[in-house]
Amino acid sequence: MTDADTHTDTHPDAAGAPSRPEPITKVSIVISKGSLDGVYPGLIMASGARAEGIEVNLFFTFFGLDAVHRKRSEHIKAATVGNPGMHMATVVGALPGMSAIATHMMEKKMTALDIPSVPEFIEFISDTGAGIYGCQLACDMFGFTQDDLVDQVQDIITVGEFYEMAAGGEIIFT
Amino acid sequence: MPTRTVAGTTVEVNDEGFFVDPAQWTEAMAPELAAEEGIAALTDDHWTVIRFMRSEYAEKGTGPTVRVLGKTSGVPVKELYQLFPKGPAKIAARVAGIPKPRGCL
Repeated sequence: MTDADTHTDTHPDAAGAPSRPEPITKVSIVISKGSLDGVYPGLIMASGARAEGIEVNLFFTFFGLDAVHRKRSEHIKAATVGNPGMHMATVVGALPGMSAIATHMMEKKMTALDIPSVPEFIEFISDTGAGIYGCQLACDMFGFTQDDLVDQVQDIITVGEFYEMAAGGEIIFT
Repeated sequence: MPTRTVAGTTVEVNDEGFFVDPAQWTEAMAPELAAEEGIAALTDDHWTVIRFMRSEYAEKGTGPTVRVLGKTSGVPVKELYQLFPKGPAKIAARVAGIPKPRGCL
C-alpha cells in the first residue's frame, strides 16, 4: 500500500480505478441552541437527509428543546446580541423589541421562500420518518416532561441511548 | 453521456441514473425502473406521484421536492415515504424519467 492509498476514502475497484466513496446512509443530528439560526440549520439538514433516503435521528438538547416545546416552538427568535452575522451593533441589538423586529423580518423572507415555521417543520420531518428525541438531562434541568414537548417527540433519552441509536452513522452537532 | 437500455429502448442517463431527456421516457419503462429501486409493483398511488412529477417537470422545468409533493400532489408526506421509502422526490423522479429535483426543502 502506498502513502497515497492510506489518505483516501475511496477504494479502488478490481480494475484499480478509484470508485466513489460510500454514500452516507444514516445521520444523527443534535440541536442544542434555541435561536432561529440555531434551530433551522439542523432541521434543514434533517429534511434534506430524508429526501435522500438517509435514515435520520434528531436529538434536541439544552435550549434546542424549545424547538419541540409545546408552548415555545412557535416563538423561536433570532438573536440580535452577540451575533456578528446580524451586522448590528451590540448596543442596538440590545434595544427592546429588536429581536422581535429581526425575527419578523427573517420570518417574512423565510415565508417567501416557503420555509415552514418551526412547528410545521418538526411535523414534516416526523412525517418523513425521522426519529425525534429530547435529552433527558436537559429536560431534568428545565423541569420538562414528555407532556411539555410536542407529540412528534418519540421519547426522552439519555446521551448513552443517543449514542446507541447513532451507531453506524454520522453525528452532526449544531 | 452514458446510455442504458430500459424496456428494450436505449436512453440517455446521467452518472446518477436519471434521465437526461424526459421525452425518451415511456410509461412502459416505469415498472422496470421501479423494480431497480426495490418497488416490486406500481400501485395507483405510485402512478399518481409519477404523473405528478412529470406534469410538474413539464410545467416548471424542474421536479418537485418532497415538501412540494406533500403539499400539492394530494398524497400526504407519510404516504409518500411508504410508496418510495428511499426518498419520494428522488426515487419518483428516477422512475418518472425526469432529472433529479434540486432544492433544500
